[in-house]
Amino acid sequence: MKRALWTLGIFVALVALLAVGLRLDPREVPSPLIGKPAPPFELPLLTEPDKRFSQKDMLGKVWIMNVWASWCPPCLVEHPVVTRIAQSGLAPVVGLNYKDARDDALPWLKRNGNPYQLIVFDANGRIGIDYGVYGVPETYVIDRKGVIRYKHIGPLNADVVKQKVEPLVQQLNSGG
Amino acid sequence: MLLALWASCVLAQDPVLERRVTSLSHELRCLVCQNQTLADSNAPLAIDLRNQIREQLAAGKSERDVVDFMVARYGDFVLYRPPLKGSTILLWAGPFAFVVVGFTLLVRVVRRRRIAAPQLSDAERSRAAKLLE
Repeated sequence: MKRALWTLGIFVALVALLAVGLRLDPREVPSPLIGKPAPPFELPLLTEPDKRFSQKDMLGKVWIMNVWASWCPPCLVEHPVVTRIAQSGLAPVVGLNYKDARDDALPWLKRNGNPYQLIVFDANGRIGIDYGVYGVPETYVIDRKGVIRYKHIGPLNADVVKQKVEPLVQQLNSGG
Repeated sequence: MLLALWASCVLAQDPVLERRVTSLSHELRCLVCQNQTLADSNAPLAIDLRNQIREQLAAGKSERDVVDFMVARYGDFVLYRPPLKGSTILLWAGPFAFVVVGFTLLVRVVRRRRIAAPQLSDAERSRAAKLLE
């Protein structure tokens, strides 16, 4: 009887362990960049190649940086969500066009709409490496001091926006 | 673009550097296909990161510097051999703990079996001997 209880206990513990393991998403690698200053960059704009933008230009504002590319199907999936964030006026949304070509990216925006305040053009993905990008789309919330406060890997969805992004941006905006 | 291509061709001709790039990229994980090293993977990001390793080593940085560069961006997960620290102690010590626990259980079970072996009385023993004759 005692032995049966032991076996059952071990079995239940193992099932619980595996159940937790199955629910974890192996793609969700914790970013070491959370709480660190956003890596510096200065890149040309996608739409106006002779203008440049640096992360420093956003100091004093809470903003969202969304990494996307026209070759990335999940980016198209999350595009309505990104559009909704931008339209709601929650925070300025800056696009980082990652390893893309202007000839592909501009028609993509024309087809699907351009919700971004501006888009920087990271043609060779070098800035993407600095931001630890490995699965486009990725989204960062950056605070007034230019510190990365949150990173989402993969397409944004309404739940993530409601439960994570919105409360965080509001808290940061109210001085948190 | 052409310049970059030309540069990587020139760099690729340095066999010592190439060997360093290859051995280092065997130590780093490709984050796109997570069970492959940067050396094994042909994902675009892996190619970019290999070029990044090559550039940095060519610029005179050490292996340590390049590993630190990767860890600062992608976290410890990028290391194919996780570092030994508080959060990874289970990972490193776990297998040894399993061996110890398993061995202890084995010893206990074997001992119990030995004790449980039937003890024959002298009468039973002589009866058994007779039967076997």
